Amino acid sequence: MTVASWTRSLPRALHPGAWWLWAFGLATAASRTTNPVLLLMILVACGYVVARRRSDAPWALAFRMYLYLGAVIITMRVVFRIVFGGGQGDTILFTLPEIPLPEWAQGIRLFGAVAAEQLLSGFYDGLRLAAMVICVGAANALANPKRMLKSLPGALYEIGTAVVVALTVAPQLVESVLRVRRARRLRAGGQKGLKALRGILIPVLEDALNRSLALASAMASRGYGRTGEIPARTRLLTGSLVITGLLGVCAGLYGVMDASTPRYMGVPMLLAGLALSIAGFLIGGRRVSRSRYRPDRWRAAEITVAACGVASAALMYLTASVDPADLYPSLSPLAWPEVGWLPALAVAVAVLPAWLAPPPESVS
Amino acid sequence: MIRFENVTFFHAGAKRPVLREVELSVGEGELCLVTGRTGAGKSTLLGAVNGLVPRFTGGHLHGRVTVDGRDTAAFAPQEFAGLVGVVGQDPLAGFVTDTVEEELAYGMEQLALPPAVMRKRVEETLDLLGVAELRRRPLRTLSGGQQQRVAIGSVLTAHPKVLVLDEPTSALDPTAAEDVLAAIIRLVHDLGTTVLVAEHRVERVLQYADRLLHLDGEGRVHDGEPAAMIADSDIAPPVVRLARLAGWTPPPLSVRDARRRAASLRERLDGRTPPPPSTMDGEPKLAAKAVTVAYGKTVAVREVDLVLPAGQVTALMGRNGSGKSSLLWALQGSGKRHSGAVDVAGTDPAKVSAARARALVGLVPQTASDLLYLDTVDAECRQGDAESGVVQGTCRALLDDLAPGVPGDRHPRDLSEGQRLALVLAVQLGAAPGVVLLDEPTRGLDYQAKERFTAVVRRLAAEGRAVVVATHDVEFVAGAADRVVVMAEGEIVADGPTAEVVVASPAFAPQVAKILAPSPWLTVEQVAEALNP
Repeated sequence: MTVASWTRSLPRALHPGAWWLWAFGLATAASRTTNPVLLLMILVACGYVVARRRSDAPWALAFRMYLYLGAVIITMRVVFRIVFGGGQGDTILFTLPEIPLPEWAQGIRLFGAVAAEQLLSGFYDGLRLAAMVICVGAANALANPKRMLKSLPGALYEIGTAVVVALTVAPQLVESVLRVRRARRLRAGGQKGLKALRGILIPVLEDALNRSLALASAMASRGYGRTGEIPARTRLLTGSLVITGLLGVCAGLYGVMDASTPRYMGVPMLLAGLALSIAGFLIGGRRVSRSRYRPDRWRAAEITVAACGVASAALMYLTASVDPADLYPSLSPLAWPEVGWLPALAVAVAVLPAWLAPPPESVS
Repeated sequence: MIRFENVTFFHAGAKRPVLREVELSVGEGELCLVTGRTGAGKSTLLGAVNGLVPRFTGGHLHGRVTVDGRDTAAFAPQEFAGLVGVVGQDPLAGFVTDTVEEELAYGMEQLALPPAVMRKRVEETLDLLGVAELRRRPLRTLSGGQQQRVAIGSVLTAHPKVLVLDEPTSALDPTAAEDVLAAIIRLVHDLGTTVLVAEHRVERVLQYADRLLHLDGEGRVHDGEPAAMIADSDIAPPVVRLARLAGWTPPPLSVRDARRRAASLRERLDGRTPPPPSTMDGEPKLAAKAVTVAYGKTVAVREVDLVLPAGQVTALMGRNGSGKSSLLWALQGSGKRHSGAVDVAGTDPAKVSAARARALVGLVPQTASDLLYLDTVDAECRQGDAESGVVQGTCRALLDDLAPGVPGDRHPRDLSEGQRLALVLAVQLGAAPGVVLLDEPTRGLDYQAKERFTAVVRRLAAEGRAVVVATHDVEFVAGAADRVVVMAEGEIVADGPTAEVVVASPAFAPQVAKILAPSPWLTVEQVAEALNP
C-alpha cells in the first residue's frame, strides 16, 4: 500500500488501543527531556493530530480541559519556585521581601530574591509534566474511553462492565440530587444542616437503590453473569494470572519511564507481566460464554499509529544514550536550548498519524 | 409455552399471599393482557415468568413455573435470557450501554452468538421497530417512545419465544404509545412471539389481546376471552362502558367496532348536546406573560402567555419533552425562568422566598415521592404543618378528605400510588395556595384511583382554585378538565375548551369522542345523563 492510498483511506474509528499506545509512546518521549523547545514541539504534534483526527463525539471535546490542566500545572510549578525555591542561580531578576521563619524551619525560605534559573527550572519541569498529561488527554480525545473498556480481554469483562455502569451512574446521581433539591424548595423545608441533608439524602439514596436494583434485574434477565459450564477453579486461575500480570506490566512501565529505577525493573518486568497476563487471557478466552458485537480490529492503520508512538519513544531513548546534552538544557550557566536532529526526528515521526490514520466517521 | 402450576407467592414476612393457587397455561403466539388494580400482583406474576420473582425480590414461591418446559426453580434468570425477554416501565433504568446499536447487541453478546448473526439481527431489529435512523444516538437523548422501542428491540435480538412487558406505555404520550403497541402487535403477527403485557390503561391494549388475565386482588387469576371477561369487569375502558349503556352484547373492544354499531346511538343523541363547559371567565388567579425557559442552547418554553382563572381545571398536554414540566416549574417560581413575568395576586412567585411562593402556587412534581423523606405518614403531616405555618392537624385533615383511611403509622413508601399522591397533595395544600399545578399525577393510578382523583381535582377547582394538570391521559382529561392547552416545542399550539380541542385531534380524542364524532361527547357519564335525564 502506498502513502497516497493511506491518506485516502475510508473514514472509520481506529482501535482505541492504537491511540493509547501512540499517546503513551509520546508521553514516554516527553518524560525523557526538559528541553522546552522539544516539549513544545511534542505538544504541537499532539495537538495537530488531535485536531485532525478526533471525532465530534462529546468525549473528544474534553481535550481542551487537558490543555487547561497543563497550564495550571506549569503555573503552579513556577509559583512554587517563587514562593519556596529561592536562593539558586545568579541571574537575579527581582527581589521580593523575604518572610523570616523561625529557627526550626531554616531549610525553607519564603520569597526573597528570584533568579531566572530558578524560574526556568520550574517552567521546564512543569512543561514536562504538562506535556505528559496532555498526551494522555489526546488519547482520551481520540479514542472513546468506554470503547477502550469494551476491547478489554474477556477475562477482564466483569471489571469493564462494572466501570461502564459506574460511569453512567455518576451523572444519574448528580441529576437525582439536583431534582430532589429543587423539589425540596417546593416544600420550603427551611431546615439547615443535618436535617436538610436528610431531606435530600433519603430520596436520592432511595432513588439510587431502586435504580440499581432495576438495572441489576434487567442485566440478569438479559443474561449478564451467565456462567455457562466453567469450573470455579479455572475462573480463579485466570483471574489471578491476569491481575498479577497487569501489576507486573504497571511496575515495568514505571521502570521504563523512570530512569532512576534499577534495570531489571524496566523491560524484563514489563515482558514478564505481559507474558503472565497473556497466559491468563488465553485460558480465560477458552470459555466461549460470550461474544462481541462489531469488535475493533487491529489492521494496518492501527499498527502504523502504534508504531509511530513507539518509534518516537525509541528515538528519544537513542538520543539519551548518544547525545544527552540537548535533552536537558543547562541552567547554569544559562544557555539557549538547542534541538538536535535525532529528537526532532522523534517528534516528526509522532505527528505522522495526522495523515496516516483514517479520518473519523461523523457520529450524529 | 408458559405454565403456572398451583403457584402461590408470599412476600417475605407477609401473611397474605400475592398470588394464590394460580393455574395458568399460555399457548404459543398468544397476546395476553394482564389487568388488575394497583398492588394486585401484576408485576409479581410477570416477574415469576423468568424467575426474577422470587430470586431478585425475595419471598416464597410454592408450585412450579415452567417456560418451554424449563423450570424457573432449576435455572437462574440469566439462563432464561434467550427464552424470555423482559421490558419494564422505565426503559432508561434498564439500559446497560450508551448507544442504540450497542444496546441492541448487548443481550446477544451475553448469549455468545457469532458476530455475523449479531450483525444481521441488529439490522433486522432496527428496521422492525423503526429505529434505524437512531442507531448511533446516545440512549439518553432519545424520546420516551423511542427509548421504549429500543428497550423492546434490545430483548428481541435474542429471539425470545416469550416477551414480558410491564406497563410499556404508561409513561408515554398517546402517539408514542401507539408506536410501541404497533411494534408489539407486529411481533405477535410476524414472529409468533408469546406476549404477556400488563397495562393500567386497558383501553390502549384491549382490542389487540387474545386473552385477558385478571388479578382480582385476592391473589387469584381469572382468565378468558377479552370480550366476555370485560363485559362485567370493574376495569372496563370507556368503549365497553358505552357498550353497556347502549346495550351492545358482546361489547365491542375497539373504537372501530364500536363506531360501526354506534349509528343508532348517534341518532338517539341527535338534538341533544353535552352540558356546556364551565365558564372561562373566573377572576384570573395567575397570569403569565412571555415566559421563556432555556437550558443552554435548547429553549424548553418559548414566550408562553397563560392566564389561569379561578375555578377552572386546565389540562396541559403535548408529547414527551414538549416543555410541559419546564412551564409548570417556571410558573411556580422554583424552576428556571429565562425571561417573562408571572403574576399571582400581584406577586411574582420567583421573586419571593420559597415559603411565600408555596403559599401562592403549589406544585406536585412528576416524582411526587421526592418530597417525602420521613418515616411515617404522621411525621410527614406534622412536618408539612410546620412548613406551612398552620395549626397541627391541618395536613392530616386534608389527607383524610382526599384519601380517607391512610394509616398514620405507615411508611410513605409502602402506600399505594394513589395514597402517596394524596399525601403529597395534602402537604402542598396545607399552605393554602390559590393555584395548584400537578405534573403527571395519573401515572400508575388504576381506574378506581383515577376516578377518585378526578373528583379531587374537580373539588379543588370548585373551591375557587385554579388547577393545572399536565398529563398524557386523554380519558382523564375528558372527565376532569374544562380547558385543554396543547404544547409543542415549547409553544402553545392549541388552547380552548376541552371539547373543542380534543374532539378534532386524532391523538388527544377520548374513545367516546371518537365513537360519537362529530358530536362533541367526551365521557360515558355525559352520554348517560343525556339518555336518562
